[in-house]
Amino acid sequence: MTGHLLYALAGGMLFCMGWLGLIVQPHLLRKIMAWNVMGTGVFLVLVALAARGGTGSFDPVPHALVLTGIVVAVSGTAVAIKLALHVHDRTGRTTLPDGDGKTAP
Amino acid sequence: MIWRFVEDTSWSAVSIFTPLILAILAYALRDRGWRLIAWASVVLPPLAATALLVQVGRIGPVRYEIGGWGSPLGIDLQADALSALMVLMCAVVGSAVSLYAQSYFGPERAHFWPTWLMVWAALNAIFLAADLFNVYVTLELLTLGSVILIALSASTSALVAAFRYLMLALTGSLFYLLGVALLYGQCGTLDMALLGQRVDSSVPVQLAQALMILGLALKTALVPLHFWLPAAHSAAPAPVSAVLSGLIVKASFYVLVRLRLDAFDTVSTVAGDHVLGVLGAVAIVWGSLQAMRVKRLKLLVAYSTVAQIGYLFLWFPLAREAGAASLATSGVVLFALAHACAKAAVFLAVGAVMRVAGHDRISGLRGIGNRLPLATFAFGLAAVSLMGLPPSGGFAAKWLMLQAAITTGQWYWGIVIVLGGLLAAGYLFRFLSRALEADRGADLPPARGRSHAGLEVPAMLLAVAACVLGFLGVPLCDFCDNGMSHGGLGDAL
Amino acid sequence: MTGAARHGGSGRVGEPEGEARGTTSARPRNFLATVLMLPVAAAIGWAVLLLPREPSGLTAEVAGQLHNSGVSNPVTAVLLNFRGYDTLLEIGVLLVALFGVRFLQQLPRKSARGAPTRSGAHDVLHAFAVLVAPVAIVLAAYLLWVGTYAPGGAFQAGTVLAGLGVLLLLTGGQTLRWLRGRLLRLAALAGFATFVAVAVVLPLGGRGVLEYPVEQAKWLILLIETAATISIAAVLIKLFEAIISPRVLREGGEREE
Repeated sequence: MTGHLLYALAGGMLFCMGWLGLIVQPHLLRKIMAWNVMGTGVFLVLVALAARGGTGSFDPVPHALVLTGIVVAVSGTAVAIKLALHVHDRTGRTTLPDGDGKTAP
Repeated sequence: MIWRFVEDTSWSAVSIFTPLILAILAYALRDRGWRLIAWASVVLPPLAATALLVQVGRIGPVRYEIGGWGSPLGIDLQADALSALMVLMCAVVGSAVSLYAQSYFGPERAHFWPTWLMVWAALNAIFLAADLFNVYVTLELLTLGSVILIALSASTSALVAAFRYLMLALTGSLFYLLGVALLYGQCGTLDMALLGQRVDSSVPVQLAQALMILGLALKTALVPLHFWLPAAHSAAPAPVSAVLSGLIVKASFYVLVRLRLDAFDTVSTVAGDHVLGVLGAVAIVWGSLQAMRVKRLKLLVAYSTVAQIGYLFLWFPLAREAGAASLATSGVVLFALAHACAKAAVFLAVGAVMRVAGHDRISGLRGIGNRLPLATFAFGLAAVSLMGLPPSGGFAAKWLMLQAAITTGQWYWGIVIVLGGLLAAGYLFRFLSRALEADRGADLPPARGRSHAGLEVPAMLLAVAACVLGFLGVPLCDFCDNGMSHGGLGDAL
Repeated sequence: MTGAARHGGSGRVGEPEGEARGTTSARPRNFLATVLMLPVAAAIGWAVLLLPREPSGLTAEVAGQLHNSGVSNPVTAVLLNFRGYDTLLEIGVLLVALFGVRFLQQLPRKSARGAPTRSGAHDVLHAFAVLVAPVAIVLAAYLLWVGTYAPGGAFQAGTVLAGLGVLLLLTGGQTLRWLRGRLLRLAALAGFATFVAVAVVLPLGGRGVLEYPVEQAKWLILLIETAATISIAAVLIKLFEAIISPRVLREGGEREE
C-alpha cells in the first residue's frame, strides 16, 4: 500500500530537480529538458495517486489526466525546440541574450 | 419566445465553440474565404456574449454539465456575472482586433487567423471553466497560441521573447498542475465548487494553494515575476500586443480570483492577501517608473501593463472585508474591462503609428499627430481611461476601489491608487505631448508607410468604449452583486 | 517521441564548452536557487506524505457510470466520454503546436543547413523499416480497437504510427513527401474537426454538448478515436520533421544513388 508513496515522493523530487535545472542551466535545450523532467515529476505524483487502491483497483481519472498532460507536454516541447533552433539560427548562441532573471532567464 | 431562446440555450458552449469552428474553417480554407471568417469573428462573438450576459442577468448564475454527467464525474461550465462580463470583454476587444487584423497582416495572415481564433476560444473557455484540470488544458492552449502569435513578428527579438515567455508560462502551468494533483489527492475532486466544500487547512491544501498562486502570478506577470512581459508584449505585432495586454494577462488573474472565490475561500490567509496587495502596489509604482524611462513606445505601453496589473491584485486585500467585498469586486472587474479596452486601443493606435513612422522611438515621433489624427486621438482618449480621469471607465473603477479601501480602513491602498493615476499621466504624456506638437508637419521625416482606416477606426472604437464604461459603473455593481455564484461576496468571507 | 525530437534538435545546435556552466555572475544565483530548492522539496515531500492513504478519488463514480459510457475500459471512458471536453481541447493544443511549427518552418534562415549526420546507418534502418512498417500499422489499428475494453486507444495508436513515421523520415525523408499541403491539413484537422463536429451536432439533435446517446456511444467514441489517431500521427510526424536537420532528410534519400 505504501509503494505508491515512493513514486509520489520521487515525483516531487523530479519536480524540484527539473525546476532547479530550468533555472540553472543556461543552454536552451537543457532548459527544455529540465522542464520535461519537471513535468514527468508531476505526472508521477498523479499516477501514484491513482495507485492508492492497492493492486486490485486503480483510479482511472489521474491516468486520463496524465495522458492528456503528456500530449500537452509534447506539443509545448516541440514548439519550444523549434523556437530555440530559430533563436540559435538568428543569434548564433545557445543561451538567451541578456538572460539572468529569477526563475528561468 | 425570444426570451425562452435566450434563457434555454447554453451561451457558454456557444461562446467557446464558435471560435473553435471558425478556427477549423480558417485552417481548412487557407487563403480563400478568410475575409468571411474574419468578419464572422467580428460579428458573432459579441452577439453570443451579449446573449450570455442577458441570460445571466435574467436567470442568475448558470451551470452547464458537458456530456450530461455533471461534476465530479464530468466537466461543468459555469457562467455567473463575473464570467459573463469577462466573456463580453473578450468579445469587444476581440472583435476590434479581428477588424484591425484584416488590414494589418500580409501573407502571415494564414498563420494568424487559425491561431488567433483558437486563442479566443481558449480565453472564453477559461472564463467559463469550473474544473481545475480543464483550466490547465485551456491555459496551455492559451499559452501555446499566444507564443505563436508573438513569433508572427518574425523579428529576432520576437523569437527570443516568445521562447522566454513559453518557458516561463509552461513552468507556471506545471506549478499549477502540481497544485491540482495535491488537491485531487486530498479532496478527491477537480470541480472548484465541490472543492470549496471539501477543503481543509491541511498541509497539502495549503501547499497546493501556494503553488497555484505562484504559477498563476507568474503567468499574470505580477512583480517580481514580470520580467518576461515587456519584451514579449512590445515585440509582438500590434494586434497581438493588444490581445496579450488586454485579455491574456487577465485570464490567469481570473483563475486566481475564481479559485479564491470558489475553492480556497476558507483557507486563504490575511497575510497572503496582503502580500499580493503589496506586490500589486509595487507593480504600480515600478511599472510606471520604468515606463517613464524607456525610449521605445511599445515598451512604454508594455510597462504600463505591468503597472496596471498591479491594480488588479489590490482586489485581494480589499475584498477580504465583508463590508467592501462587492465594491472591491465591481471595481476590479470594471477596471479589468476598462483597461482591456483602453490598453488594446493604445496598442492598436501605436501599431498605426509604427506603420507610418517606420519605428517607435518616442523621440522621433514629434508631430506624428498631424499625420495620424485619428490614431493619436484614440491614444489620447484611451489615456484618459488609463489615467483614471472622469468620466471614463478607469475613473469609475478606481473610484469604486477607493471607496472599498476607505470603507475598510485600508486607506493606504487608496494612496497607491491615486499615485498610480498621476504616474500614468506622467508616462502617457511622454508620447502625447510630442505627438500633438503642431505644425511640425514639414519637419517630419517622410512617412514609411500609409495608414488605413481599418487600423485607426478599431482603435478609436475601443478608446470610446473605455470612456463610456464609466457610465456603467452603478449598473455593473448591481449586476455583480446579484449575479455572482456566491450571491455577493460578503457572505462567504 | 520527445526524446527523438530533443536529440534531433541538439544535433543541430551542438554543445559549446564555455557556456555549459553559465557565466560567473550566474554562480551566486545558482547557489541561491539550489539552497532555496531544499525547503521547497521538503515541503512537497511533507505534503505528499500527509495525503490520505486510502483512495479518495473518483474510482467509485467512474465504476458506477461505466456501463453508460459505451466502453468498458475506464480510462477510455474518462478520456473520451466523461471528460471528453478536456480531450477535445488537448487535441486542439496539438493542432496549435502544428500551426506554430509550420509558421516557424517557413521563416527564412540565416545559417547553412544543420550539422553533418552520421552515414552508413541507413541500410540497417531501411531494412528495419521495411520489416516494421506493416507490423506497426497493424499494431496501431489493434491498439485503437482494443482501447474500448483494455489499455489502449487513440493516443497509443497514434504514437505508434508516429514512431513509424519518424523511422521512415530517418531512412529517407522522401518517403513521406506525400504528407504535405492539402492532405496534411486534412489529416491534421481530422481529429479535432471530428470531435468538434460531434460535440456541436449532438445539441442540434436535442441532447447536450458531447452527450452521447448510450447505444451509439461506443461507435461515436471509435469514430472520434480513429480520426484522432490519424491526426495525432500526422501532427507528431510533422512536428518531428520540422525539428530535425534537413540534411538528414536529404541524405537518407541520396543513399539510393
